[in-house]
Order: sequence, then C-alpha cells, then structure tokens
Amino acid sequence: MTALLDRQLLFVTGKGGVGKSTVAASLGLLAAEQGKRTLVCEVDAKGNLADFYEAGETAFAAREIQPRLWAMSMDLEESLKEYLSLQLKIPFLAKIGPLARTFDFIANAAPGVKEILTIGKLTWEVRERHYDLVVVDAVATGHIVGQLTAPQAINELVQVGMVRNQTQWMLDILTDPARTGVVIVSAPEEMPVAETIELAERLDAETDVDLAAIVVNRVLPELFTEREEALFEQLRTPERVAALSEAAGGDVSPVLDAAELAVTLRRTRAEHLATLRDAVDPHLPLIYVPYLFTRSHGARATRQVAELLAEEL
Amino acid sequence: MAAPRKRAAKAPRADAVVGADEKVRTLEQLLATKEIVISCGSGGVGKTTTAAAAALMAATHLGGKVLVLTVDPAKRLATALGLERFGNVEVRVPPEAFAAAGIEPRGELWAAMLDTKQSWDDLVARHAPDPRTRDAILANSLYQNISGRFVQSHDYIAMERLYEIHQSGEYDLIVVDTPPTRNAIDFLEAPDRMAEFFSSKLLRWLTAPTASRMVNFASKPFYTVADRILGSQFLEDIATFFTLFQTMAPGFVERAEAVTRTLSDRRTTFIVVSTLEDAPLNEAEFFIRALDERRLHLGALVLNKVLPAYLRRTATTAVAKRLVGRADEVAGSVAGVGDPADVARVLATVGESFLNYQVVAKREAEQRAGLARSPDVVAAVPYFDADIADLTGLFALGDKIWR
Repeated sequence: MTALLDRQLLFVTGKGGVGKSTVAASLGLLAAEQGKRTLVCEVDAKGNLADFYEAGETAFAAREIQPRLWAMSMDLEESLKEYLSLQLKIPFLAKIGPLARTFDFIANAAPGVKEILTIGKLTWEVRERHYDLVVVDAVATGHIVGQLTAPQAINELVQVGMVRNQTQWMLDILTDPARTGVVIVSAPEEMPVAETIELAERLDAETDVDLAAIVVNRVLPELFTEREEALFEQLRTPERVAALSEAAGGDVSPVLDAAELAVTLRRTRAEHLATLRDAVDPHLPLIYVPYLFTRSHGARATRQVAELLAEEL
Repeated sequence: MAAPRKRAAKAPRADAVVGADEKVRTLEQLLATKEIVISCGSGGVGKTTTAAAAALMAATHLGGKVLVLTVDPAKRLATALGLERFGNVEVRVPPEAFAAAGIEPRGELWAAMLDTKQSWDDLVARHAPDPRTRDAILANSLYQNISGRFVQSHDYIAMERLYEIHQSGEYDLIVVDTPPTRNAIDFLEAPDRMAEFFSSKLLRWLTAPTASRMVNFASKPFYTVADRILGSQFLEDIATFFTLFQTMAPGFVERAEAVTRTLSDRRTTFIVVSTLEDAPLNEAEFFIRALDERRLHLGALVLNKVLPAYLRRTATTAVAKRLVGRADEVAGSVAGVGDPADVARVLATVGESFLNYQVVAKREAEQRAGLARSPDVVAAVPYFDADIADLTGLFALGDKIWR
C-alpha cells in the first residue's frame, strides 16, 4: 500500500468536534516539512483553516504560507468561474450577469453540481501536478460519500454535455489507491467511533475510493500498569492518605481523586477503541494521536499533532 | 390516535412552579412554562442525550404528555428509552421501562425520530393540488435526489415536523433535538429560505413555458453556458420538475411562514448545549448571538462533560508538584505497600496527571467565564463513568440539569 503522504490527494473527514481540521492541517504541515509541495484546502467554508496555521485568512487563490505549504478555501462560485475559463475559454465572464445570482440556485437544485465543482477543482490540481500532495479538510462524515460519488452520479444523470465528458478523468484519479485516499479522523468516544465504522463500510460499499487510514485523535494516556493500579488502590486507605498528606504538605485526596477520574476516562474510552479495532479491516493503519493537555488549538497544537503523526507514520 | 390533550393538567403545572413575576432559575421552571423546547449546539456535545433527559424529567416531574423528537439518535438512545427502535411515528416509552428504573412518572414520555425522506413525501402529498401532480413529483428522479439535500432540507423538515406536531395538540411539551448542521443557525433560517425560494424570480424563469425559454436559451449567455455545461436535456428535466413543484407554492409559503412564527412564539424556548472545549463553545456563543438577533428565547445553557471543581484548586497544585518532585521522600511516609520505588513512581504519575488535568480544567473555567452572555439557567453536567445505556442513566443526567 502506498504510504499516506506519498499519495497525491487525501480527503480528511470525521465527525464534527473530533479534530478533523487539526489533523488535516497537521498532515499538510508534516508533508511540507518533509519536502513535498503541499496544498491544504478547506472545503467547508467556515474559514477557520487559517486558525490552525495562524497565518491569516485563506481564499480560493492558494497562498504559500510557509515554504512548500499552500493554503486555500473552496469557493464554489470561484471554482465555477475558473472551470468555465479553463474549459470553455469564455472571455468576459463578468458579462454573464445572472451567473452569480443563479449559481446558488442551480447548485442547490441540480444534484451533484456543488460536489462536482469541489471534486473537480481538487482533482484538477492533482492532474496538473501543481503540487505533490493535496490535503483536503473535507466535509464531515455524513456528507463525504455524497461528495466522492458526485462524478459517478453526474455521469449517470447528465447524458450529454461538457460536464459528462469531464468526469472520467476525475474518476480515474479518485479511484486510484496509489494517488487518492480517505483519512477518517475519529476519537475514542461512542458516536465518533460509530460514525467511523459506518463510514468505513459505506466507503467500501458505495465508492471505489480507498480508505487510507483512521486517525484516532485525543487518546488519553494509560496512567498505570495493572500492578501500579493495585498499588494505587492500596494507597487510598484513610491512614495512608493522611501519611501522604503529611509528607506532601497538603491534602493529597484531590490528587488521588483526579487520578481515579483519569483512569475511569481512559477505561471507558479504551472500550470504544476496542470496538473500532474489531470493526475495521485489520490491515488498515490506525494512527493514534494522544490527547494534548496543554494546547487545544492554534498553530502550536497543529505543530504538536504533526510531530506526533510523524512518529506514528 | 393518541388521547386528546390534557389541557386541565397544564395550567396548574406551570403556576405551581413559577409565579407571574418570579424569575426562571431552573430547567424545571423553564420547561413548566414552555410548550416547545429546541435543543441545539454543535455535534458530539450530547445534544440528543440532553434533549432526551430533559423530556424524561418533564414527563416524570411535571406530568402531561411529553414528546422527544430526535433527528439521528444513536441506537443506544432508543435502547435507553426502552424502545427497540423508533421512527417517524411517535411511540410511547413503555411504563415497564420506567418501572425497571424505579421511576414513577406523573406523565407520559413519547419518542419519535425525524425521517427526512418520509417527511418530504408527506409534505408533497399534503400540498400537491391533485394526486396526479403528487405522483409525478414523487416519481421524479430529481425530486428523489433533491429531497435529501435541497435547500437544507433536513433543517426545514425538522422545523416543519415540529410545527405539525405542535399544531396537532397531542402533547403538552415537545423537546426537539436539532439536526447536525454545518451552521448552527441554518435551521432557524430554513423556513424563511423556503418561502423566499418559492417567490423567487429564478423559479419563475425555470418554470416559464418551455417554448419561450427555448428562445431565451439562444439569446442569453447564461443559458448558452448552462446548456454547454449541463446539456439541454438536463435543463429540461430541471424545468419539468420545478414546474410540478411550483404548483405547491401557495401551501408551502403559508406553511413556512407559520413555522417561522412558531419559533418566535413565547411558548417556545431554546436550550444551547455545549462542552467547554473551544470549538463547540464558539459555536454555542455564535448561536446565542443568533438567537438574540432574531429575538428568540434563549432559555438555558447546558454544559456537558465539565471537569470537577477540585481540579482547579491552587492549594492542590503545590501538593501535586511535591508528589512529582519529591516522590521518593513522600513514598517513604507509607509502609507496607510494596517496593518504595514503585510507590514513588505511582505518586509521581498521579501528581503529573493532576497537573495535566488542571491545565484543562482551568482552561475550561476561563472559557466558561469568558462567555459573553449566559441565560438565567446554566447547568453543568459532570463526566459520567459510562455512556448512558438505560433510563436510570438518563435520569441521573436529568437530575444534574433539572433543579
């Protein structure tokens, strides 16, 4: 199997709140630092990719925010304009008055148009080899299959016309596991794990796009070995807590309570991890990213996650 | 058909808990005075579970018929409610499930799930002018594609179903869990957008008689472009579909406006659910602002998975640091628990872990203090040892937010 960062197009998806964008930003950062010309593209127009690099606003036009690392945000209307000028060679696009106003409607009404403009732009960058790697901070788990299958759907819906002719090369790129892969970001919690398993099954059944890896984010550290835990339990008698408090110069109970909380949290999460491991293909890489206690977001967190990913990859 | 609404139970229910000028301070008081509660927030924060717990508490303590309407429940939630599964049609949570949990509810708890496709079909059936048009729309391949994604159809359908159920007068209280949206306010705007769409010029253009449109095709650049990209057959398909769809316009517009009115009705309130993590909290703040701007009623903020307060104690910080820095020495103070080196390692680990969690707890406390505006009712729910798997668990959660 092609190593993750040796592919050319990675769709990073995941349930909301699991750190999908952090992982996408970190994969991009890592690839760039390993010498690859990398584009990170945010598809959900929330405009917060910039927060993960703290490098200012991103727009449709890709901007090099550090050596070999470009960032952009998807904009469907811009994508359509680019497509029209590239494919149809229509000058004076501005003269097409109703374009802007009607665009939103057409995109909503015609199934697959939104998706195809996104997929089209991304695969175009891959086809033209503008970058070594395109990392997509993609739509959430519930929508990714619709997006990835858009070229096929368009192929079936639109009988003739330019779009139909354009979908074949997109499909060629999307379905080539040496070039394209999906990365599902998950967390060791009930719903994210359930959604990850469901998506892995749907990707397999409904698309020909390869699932490249699952990144499990926010994995809590194992505090004790079994023996250490037994020892910890023995420390919790009132006499020993009193002795420890005396020696430590203050009440140690909250510290011990906190350790117990940490063990409980880790344990409930471990069950979800086990569920995930049992449900997915044993050959699929599962990459674990530890929970970051010190930073929850920003450029520093992106860098830390990139370093942790580098160890795992 | 369910039993007629028990109006008599309603008035005393509200008055007993909160007087006319008494301020609402608890979820109990809030729910006693409202008929519709909309639970919102970003995904993964426990929105659905919170909605179910609130509905359970209302059914238990306030009485009457309470419905929890969810969008995409985990199978676990259905199980927790003692139901195999539930669908578009409301089902009653069996009294045996309550009995098993040792709860004697004053009222009834019902549950339903939003089935978007089914709800759209029902909507078409209701608004279509005649059976032929209805069948033509339902059979149209574009409709089948669109009913899943058109104009944020989930959002609209959720609000539409809520309106319908409320109008039916079957329930004293309806608790709705909102669909996971990219944008938390999408569902607030969905009814307006639906009405707007039906009165748009665009729809008129698309549904203009085919002959005159064909003339336009040749003369206007947009049509030329659209034709070259999509092919004229596809455009024809779209036109046919929307011609059919437009026959439903008057009903749809009227309905969408009524749905909008329901959201701003004084009997409706919103509960914002979040954790104290950065992203969900940003979303919650954004949503609170959006509610304010629209003059909608923000009733409560429920904060889930809140770390215990003892983690923030400054005095304990020094103790934890000593455990890390002088583990050997402290380990020497206890006897008879195995190798002192092992004890020292455990103590250092324990101290380190405390300091780690303290960073998170303090960050979360700051996030909480930094909230620009909080409603009168704010409930903090601690981490639970295990995922909620039955009514007992749901009740334990409910207890944390109720009073």
